[in-house]
Amino acid sequence: MSILVIAEHDNGSLKDETLNTVTAAVQIGGNVDLLLAGENCNAVAEQAAKISGVNRVLVADHSVYAHQLAENISLLVTELAADYSHVLAPATTNGKNFMPRVAATLDVSQISEITAVVSVDTFKRPIYAGNAIATVQSMDKVKVITVRATGFDAAACDGSATIESLDKVTDAGLSSFVKEELAQSDRPGLTSAKVIISGGRGMGNSSNFNLLEQVADKLGAAVGASRAAVDAGYAPNDMQVGQTGKIVAPDLYIAVGISGAIQHLAGMKDSKVIVAINKDEEAPIFQVADFGLVDDLFDAVPELAHSL
Amino acid sequence: MKVLVAVKRVIDYNIKVRVKSDQSGVDLTNVKMAMNPFCEIAVEEAVRLKEKGVADEVIVVSIGPKVAQEQIRTAMALGADRGILVETDEPLESLAIAKLLAKVVEVEQPDLVILGKQSIDADNNQTGQMLGTLAGMSQGTFASEINVGENCVEVTREIDGGLQTLSLNLPAIITTDLRLNEPRYASLPNIMKAKRKPLDVKTPADFGVNVISGLKTLLVESPQERSAGVLVGSVGELVEKLKNEAKVI
Ligand SMILES: Cc1cc2nc3c(=O)[nH]c(=O)nc-3n(C[C@H](O)[C@H](O)[C@H](O)COP(=O)(O)OP(=O)(O)OC[C@H]3O[C@@H](n4cnc5c(N)ncnc54)[C@H](O)[C@@H]3O)c2cc1C
Ligand SMILES: Nc1ncnc2c1ncn2[C@@H]1O[C@H](COP(=O)(O)O)[C@@H](O)[C@H]1O
Repeated sequence: MSILVIAEHDNGSLKDETLNTVTAAVQIGGNVDLLLAGENCNAVAEQAAKISGVNRVLVADHSVYAHQLAENISLLVTELAADYSHVLAPATTNGKNFMPRVAATLDVSQISEITAVVSVDTFKRPIYAGNAIATVQSMDKVKVITVRATGFDAAACDGSATIESLDKVTDAGLSSFVKEELAQSDRPGLTSAKVIISGGRGMGNSSNFNLLEQVADKLGAAVGASRAAVDAGYAPNDMQVGQTGKIVAPDLYIAVGISGAIQHLAGMKDSKVIVAINKDEEAPIFQVADFGLVDDLFDAVPELAHSL
Repeated sequence: MKVLVAVKRVIDYNIKVRVKSDQSGVDLTNVKMAMNPFCEIAVEEAVRLKEKGVADEVIVVSIGPKVAQEQIRTAMALGADRGILVETDEPLESLAIAKLLAKVVEVEQPDLVILGKQSIDADNNQTGQMLGTLAGMSQGTFASEINVGENCVEVTREIDGGLQTLSLNLPAIITTDLRLNEPRYASLPNIMKAKRKPLDVKTPADFGVNVISGLKTLLVESPQERSAGVLVGSVGELVEKLKNEAKVI
């Protein structure tokens, strides 16, 4: 049995989700190779070679992979997949983008966002916004799987894999990159932060998000948002936590002015400790909160920032 | 240009499902069903393209039981011109859905296919991408803005780090994200009009598609429930508990 894991990175550094995905691969068992497709990504290859449990890092370095275009990456992965029993990618927007193309080309199903490995062919995954957990078995010749990072610990980084370069260049010629507007932030990423403070519609406007920033500064936290806050323009889309946004499970999640709709809970209810600050004591968020504070956020949050 | 939209009948998004006691699945008896919210956004976008004069025909397709005609009629009330139901009582996996959609694409030859990014029941987020490969098309997933040009479409995508804009050759697949548009409500006259719009019914066998899946669901369980904790009386008490009891700060 051998497993191909697709690395998530931005050509400059490896993303943490790769480490959780390698852990899932190690739990399945067998030989684990990592594919790194990108452009000028030597530094990432060095990082990747240190991931414990990885045997070889296969590097496809070419401009056609620079922006992770799904059409090009999926062709490359499909070509390599013939040699593997499993292909795994993190369930990031990038993994979700190209992996179903790999599965369809191989004429196999994809198992999306697994949160546990039961055996080599059986996995658990949440459905219905996490209100049910399905155990699914795959009879397919190659198992194509995306991995939810919060389901698995990060692999350690004391390994020494070999680095091999691939000279395959797969260009579908179907799409091209125009531009990117990426959030610049010194804060930890939502999916790897130990502490997250999120704001909802109750924040009222975008400048009030500064109140959350002040708490985040004190706690080294990431800042998240509900869909309503993103839709209203209080926060950018990449901050949305939930069923259809980012799935997070930090040690501490502080929900401020968020009612606790099932779609929001789906993204954060596996957090270790949940705090809710809401002026409505009936808000459903209190049903999942370890510590609830019924108060006006405009009083409570500044006081919280002050007392940390 | 011709636009094809795929819509799925799913449980209403407000409803929290219950797992059946024999753990064979979730209980859908007498549960309110609706069009998948991301599919509503897909229909809305197609109708807007028609209103702008970019599209001249909007076709809506659904794969599912006979009652999925309701969702096709809803889409037609929102402005789609005609509908296709591929009728089956089997719950199909994304791959089978994508294969059937690829056959519809082969017949209809649309310039643009718009799907939701995710169905809120299966939470798969696969079908559009699979259809992309099977139909040999480019794809713009998680779209928050689209601009159709001469032979291409520019798509702004919601990605983990922010926004990315791609240019796709036509024909192309688009999957919708939440910020693409705000779907309208159907007016009563349009609901009446939709009843007279053409709706074709096919079966998977008509397309010669093998819908057997390589996946088997062995068990469906309830997740571990979180129990409500305590209410604290003040910010001071909260900080004290986080420090000394939960030890997370
Ligand atoms: C297809 C689909 C996908 C979705 N995906 C997601 C998703 O991924 N993530 C997500 O979050 N949502 C998602 N939603 C939306 C979800 O259903 C809710 O609409 C949303 O989570 C509500 O956001 P909110 O809690 O900020 O707003 P509201 O529900 O409006 O709640 C605002 C809360 O703020 C409180 N409040 C107001 N003022 C104050 C104050 N001064 N002090 C203290 N408290 C105050 C109120 O009491 C209220 O509880 C999705 C919906 C659909 C249909
Ligand atoms: N049975 C179906 N009939 C029509 N379209 C579907 C069906 N299942 C999925 N789709 C389309 O594919 C999108 C993504 O679904 P999924 O891959 O299941 O998350 C949906 O929003 C629909 O646009």
